[in-house]
Amino acid sequence: MAIDTDPLVKIRGLRFSRGEKVIFDGVDIDIQRGKITAIMGPSGTGKTTLLKLIGGQLQPQAGTILVDGENIHRLNSRDLYRLRMRMGMLFQSGALLTDISVFDNVAYPLHEHTGLPESMIRKLVLLKLEAVGLRGARDLMPSQLSGGMARRVALARGIVLDPMIIMYDEPFTGQDPISLGVLVKLIRSLNDASRLTSIVVSHDVQETAAIADYIYLISDGKVIEHGVPEAMMNSILEWTGQFMHGLADGPVPFHYQASGLEQDLRAVDDEG
Amino acid sequence: MLEQLARLGRVGIDILFHLGRAHLLLLAILGGVAALAQRPSLLIRQLYSVGVLSILIISVSGTFVGMVLGLQGHYILSQFGAEQTLGVMVAASLVRELGPVVTALLFAGRAGSALTAEIGLMKATEQLSGLEMMAVNPIKRVLTPRFLAGFLSMPLLAAIFSALGVMGGYFVGVGLLGVDDGAFWSQMQSKIDLHKDIYNGVIKSLVFGWVCTWIALFQGYEAIPTSEGVSRATTRTVVYSSFAVLGLDFVLTALMFGD
Repeated sequence: MAIDTDPLVKIRGLRFSRGEKVIFDGVDIDIQRGKITAIMGPSGTGKTTLLKLIGGQLQPQAGTILVDGENIHRLNSRDLYRLRMRMGMLFQSGALLTDISVFDNVAYPLHEHTGLPESMIRKLVLLKLEAVGLRGARDLMPSQLSGGMARRVALARGIVLDPMIIMYDEPFTGQDPISLGVLVKLIRSLNDASRLTSIVVSHDVQETAAIADYIYLISDGKVIEHGVPEAMMNSILEWTGQFMHGLADGPVPFHYQASGLEQDLRAVDDEG
Repeated sequence: MLEQLARLGRVGIDILFHLGRAHLLLLAILGGVAALAQRPSLLIRQLYSVGVLSILIISVSGTFVGMVLGLQGHYILSQFGAEQTLGVMVAASLVRELGPVVTALLFAGRAGSALTAEIGLMKATEQLSGLEMMAVNPIKRVLTPRFLAGFLSMPLLAAIFSALGVMGGYFVGVGLLGVDDGAFWSQMQSKIDLHKDIYNGVIKSLVFGWVCTWIALFQGYEAIPTSEGVSRATTRTVVYSSFAVLGLDFVLTALMFGD
């Protein structure tokens, strides 16, 4: 089987700032087709922002993002929306529409974008809900779902149009071990079964390293390192080592910047 | 001293910036009106939520305002022996001023704050972002139906307010205070003019509907997605809408009824 070396998403020289704060300062990333690529880094590095940039919701100050060969920020409204129909996104909170049922949420993209007859839509929705294990919950309202279930419904909605790529924004955050196991299994099996490309943004090293085919580590607006999970775990870079193994102290210091402890204590005595 | 000037300048720039964003949002909302014709169910649902659910408060307020007008009006007019003109007084006050203005203020408080909170929370829970990523324009899908619903509901609600107010005034004036039944209605019929009074009142409510709904949607859309942010946004909606309604009322009244 010939390896497809043309990446589905090609990011070159990405520069993005929000006001004064520089979020990305020259980032290059390749997302290979058919693989699960993980984008990892400490909280606040802008991983969610990266997904919004890839989806065309935000405009970078410099750099290009090519999705399936198309420069997403040069597209007009109609082409952008057409490209978005081929992308699925799973938000951290699920982002389900709260005033309609689980079934209607999953059916929403089908009603919006396809002219399919109602019977066909019903069958598709039931199949997608079956894939995430929630066919029995189809008449519940989003407020009646637990966090993990809401994410699975959002996942079913994300794949209902059979996209070419699906992006997961912190799918493992705040989940109990069983939900975690379910999500991990779903992400992997969906990717393989439908020959999807997946981008997982997370800071959960263990879960992500277990399913990712490739990992990018981002911090302070730059790509620190990238490689297959085994290489990353055994990296010689100190920073990567601290992150991947969850060490309390290292290049990212334990103590927030401050003057010496003796000085502070003496200052208390001087005041009193 | 220089610092004060710089701060003033910054405030001015901020105000202009927000006004600009509000107008851009309005343009985007209006861009979705044509598409709405193909999905009338969206508009109907919003008409219910924005208009029908306001009927109770508008009706009760209208009735009581009319009753108070009847009482106060009778008290003052009877000092000049003119209490038989109570009908005209009640009707003119309601149709020209109180109907559109009080309805708009109540609307801003009830429907406006509800719209702001709803849009703000949709933004906070990333529903708007989710719609965008599903290749659905969230402004055209979510904001445009609500805007149109507010714009269309306002004159209807003001009409209900005025009508019930007149009934309230009738009940107090004729029923309780002994104003002549015939005089009440016939004076009203001859003195209240369709074009000068009623149409102007409708124009006022349309303008107030436009402005109040616009402010409510803008504040919701720009709200900071936290509980405090949404609370501040709803407060701003009610305060700004009230200022706008009262200010515009003065301008419109001067234009319509001035010399």
